[in-house]
Amino acid sequence: MSPHLQVWRWHVTMLTSILHRVTGVGLYLGGLIAAAWAVSLAAGPEAYETFKAVLGSPLGKFVMFGMTLSVFYHLGNGIRHLVWDFGYGLDIKSANSSAWAVFGFTVAATLATWAIAFQIGAL
Amino acid sequence: MVQLTLPKNSVPKGGRHFPAPAGATNVKTFKIYRYDPDSGQNPSWDTYDVDLSQCGPMVLDVLIHIKNNVDPTLTFRRSCREGICGSCAMNIAGRNTLACIHGHEECPGDKISISPLPHMPVVKDLIPDLTLFYAQYASIEPWLHTETPEPQKEWRQTPEDREKLDGLYECILCACCSTSCPSYWWNQEKYLGPAALLHAYRWIIDSRDEATGERLDELEDPFKLYRCHTIMNCAQVCPKGLNPAKAIAEVKKMLVDRVV
Repeated sequence: MSPHLQVWRWHVTMLTSILHRVTGVGLYLGGLIAAAWAVSLAAGPEAYETFKAVLGSPLGKFVMFGMTLSVFYHLGNGIRHLVWDFGYGLDIKSANSSAWAVFGFTVAATLATWAIAFQIGAL
Repeated sequence: MVQLTLPKNSVPKGGRHFPAPAGATNVKTFKIYRYDPDSGQNPSWDTYDVDLSQCGPMVLDVLIHIKNNVDPTLTFRRSCREGICGSCAMNIAGRNTLACIHGHEECPGDKISISPLPHMPVVKDLIPDLTLFYAQYASIEPWLHTETPEPQKEWRQTPEDREKLDGLYECILCACCSTSCPSYWWNQEKYLGPAALLHAYRWIIDSRDEATGERLDELEDPFKLYRCHTIMNCAQVCPKGLNPAKAIAEVKKMLVDRVV
């Protein structure tokens, strides 16, 4: 079998596609965090305090920052896919620029969310 | 099935080095994939330091120069040398293209890698086995299907309807697109791939074809069509500037249109 990923020089559209899959899987697992939140809430104040301590730890914050990135990336790129499904933006130039637009949106929206969280003292 | 690494017997190992002739000033290094099925050995990467003042501007010129002057055992397909036959499709510097119309100066980096079309069985050196690719093309029945009696002269078409075939009929079946597609890499026994799907669409929107419904029925399948995830590698590499991803999106739209 001839070399494939081993030799391929990536296009940005290939990167957006695999990131969509990766963040989708990430968010699926992130659903477990939301479930754990609800379970801890139902289990009483002590369990909830433990949950908050875990998520508030540096590692917890790191994971949640990744989740925020994933949410906004998957949202932005999902909209890009919807536009494609209507038959628009499929030429190479548009597809390349919409890819960079999604990256820009992801970073900006994530930083804004964390800035707001910091402002209201949620961190 | 997704397998990110190469099977053990396909991993390139070692390789020979062919230095440039003494006194050469304009030298570029080409790293070329070699595989000889008769040797029982793994493939290898051979490197050739080529004196560019001795050969033409295209990558195919370099390959022919190597075969004529350096290493006659180097094996590759080529025919028209003007981008119309599709024979010399290969992976050059990490992207699929036609060696005959791709200049070696267009390639980034100081070492240019040349390997067969990706994720395909290799016959020898740069020659992939395209049997499955052609079978997929045949499976979409790339000819006019009609019910009405044949007209005395030709099947007529308005200029507007004829225009719908632009950007589709130019495909030369070089396989650059299909073998650039990760979905095709992982599912080529079930997914038809961009080239066959572009041709399927070419017949679906042909105003003279009378089997549109049957053609759409054939494609309505989780694998044949819907393994396209709009990765866009097909359109990015097409040496003729066509857009299979767009054609596939149009087929998906038609499948939705006929149920809503």
